[in-house]
Amino acid sequence: MNRKAVLLLCILGIFLLILPKITNAYVLSVATLILFFAYTGQAWNVMMGFAGQLSLGHSLYVGVGAYAAAGLFFHYGVGPWAGLWLAIVLCVLLGMLIGFLAFRFSISGVYFALLTIAFAEFTRIGFDHIDWLGGPGGLFIKVAQRDKMDLLNFRGPPAMYYYAILALAAGAFILCFFLLRSRAGYYWQAIRENEEAAQALGINVFRWKMLAVAISSGLTAIAGVFYAFYYNNLFPEQIFHISRSIEIILGPIIGGVGTLFGPILGAAVLTLLADGITELLAAMGLEFPGIKQVFYGVVLLLVVMFLPHGIWPALAKRLGVAR
Amino acid sequence: MTADLANVTNLALAGLLTGLVYGLMALGLSVIFGIVRVVNFAHGEMMTIAMYAAVVLNAALGLDPFLAVLIVAAAFFAFGYALQAGLINPFITRPEHSQFMLLVAVALIMVNALLVIFGPSARGVQLDYLLESIEFGALLIDRGKAYAALVACATSALLFAFFRFTATGKAIRACADNFLGAKVVGLNVKRYYALTFGLGSACVAVAGCMMILLVDVTPVIGPAYTLLAFVIVIVGGLGSMGGALLGGILIGVSEAMAGLLIQPSAKSMFSFALLILVLLLRPQGLLGRKP
Repeated sequence: MNRKAVLLLCILGIFLLILPKITNAYVLSVATLILFFAYTGQAWNVMMGFAGQLSLGHSLYVGVGAYAAAGLFFHYGVGPWAGLWLAIVLCVLLGMLIGFLAFRFSISGVYFALLTIAFAEFTRIGFDHIDWLGGPGGLFIKVAQRDKMDLLNFRGPPAMYYYAILALAAGAFILCFFLLRSRAGYYWQAIRENEEAAQALGINVFRWKMLAVAISSGLTAIAGVFYAFYYNNLFPEQIFHISRSIEIILGPIIGGVGTLFGPILGAAVLTLLADGITELLAAMGLEFPGIKQVFYGVVLLLVVMFLPHGIWPALAKRLGVAR
Repeated sequence: MTADLANVTNLALAGLLTGLVYGLMALGLSVIFGIVRVVNFAHGEMMTIAMYAAVVLNAALGLDPFLAVLIVAAAFFAFGYALQAGLINPFITRPEHSQFMLLVAVALIMVNALLVIFGPSARGVQLDYLLESIEFGALLIDRGKAYAALVACATSALLFAFFRFTATGKAIRACADNFLGAKVVGLNVKRYYALTFGLGSACVAVAGCMMILLVDVTPVIGPAYTLLAFVIVIVGGLGSMGGALLGGILIGVSEAMAGLLIQPSAKSMFSFALLILVLLLRPQGLLGRKP
């Protein structure tokens, strides 16, 4: 990271910090969404971008994390600061179970991706049948008093949620920055580029892949807790759905897999694009269901076709900053 | 007791017939993956389009789906060929996540284009003989299901024969076995890939035209069929043609049985559990070769 990159990062940081002071509630909600996907994208990137393990089932960790914390809060009044740990432990165990099964049986590539989908779908249908957590009718937790700040129960005004997710996104960014330069980071990249060669060099491939899965699923669990307390309602049909997993991974893929800025840039581009298309179509009077997603799909198609490594590597070159 | 037994047999038989149509759908996916090595994430969406095509041809021209299938299959062959030649061929050397994104984008466009054109409500075809059944003693077989399964079997047999006995089929298998070798002996690999994608698409078109005889269609049902096709081919063996049919039958019968034994809404949980088990114990699938 050179001086120019640090400067850009500082400007971005200050802008994000003062954002709630200078904008309205709508912009703030969009910014919260962007940061949410920047965070989950960063978490997914640890597994795919760093260690090369393609997960298409990250909605599993968002969902289990969300239900763990929300269930504790709903039934026992246990606040999210305690529920968070249950969420993390559950998701790390779940991630490691999937990782253990897959890596032991040397399942990789497409097969691993399909295994992650299978676990997420299996859990989705399973949660539809857990009446204790609301089943298909959903789990609702008491909506926050928007004017009162209750940090202990993580209830408060939108700006509180904004700063929370900003802190998470920044924390994940810093964590990934150091991870990439750590021993684990170099091992992961070796595994990603050539697993057999990495193994031949004496890297315990199984152990380091497991570490990547554990970190990625644990980070994603926190996103789930945030989701539960931000939206106050959970439906298995929504939170575990494969389209949620796809949403999570679109950002880093569009932004640039394996890069630090990719997930952030991708999340911003995609969210703003979706919003922009909605506005544009509304202005043109074209408001059929589905038409927005058609345009969205076309733009995605163009990006993957013409920017195979994502937007950030191309942009970084332009700006003259390191990837 | 005998009535019960007849009931169970009838259910299993219905599951078997539906399973053959599932199998044909999965066969398309399996052929494409086995040769092109690209996982078609838009497979279920393509089948949904074929189902709508059958509905439209039936409503506009009064065409029976058993006749419409010829038109739809031909159109899908051309579409699949063009899709592979124009869009996917440049991606065959790219990493998996990149191919995945491409097909997800294609699927997104397909689902929502259907939503724009047809709206969210369910569509189907009404044909008199769909209500009739063939009786063998206590056994009752839906006429529509029986015909659909027959067409699925015939299409699969044709595809088997094509790959086994024609020169083009052999060339395609050569491309799958050894990409570089096939190139060296002068095969136009990309053209054969396009041909394969066309054939896989034609399979899914036939499956779609048959499926519309069994269930109604909505635009958003596509992803569920994509997942179903994945489950079937992984269980049977990704890339194995016989495996796809076997997997289809297994899933068809087990879905029908699951409705009897556990809550119907939990039936796909059973399929996914089967998928997880197979991936862990025999990742290459029941009939697949070791990768």
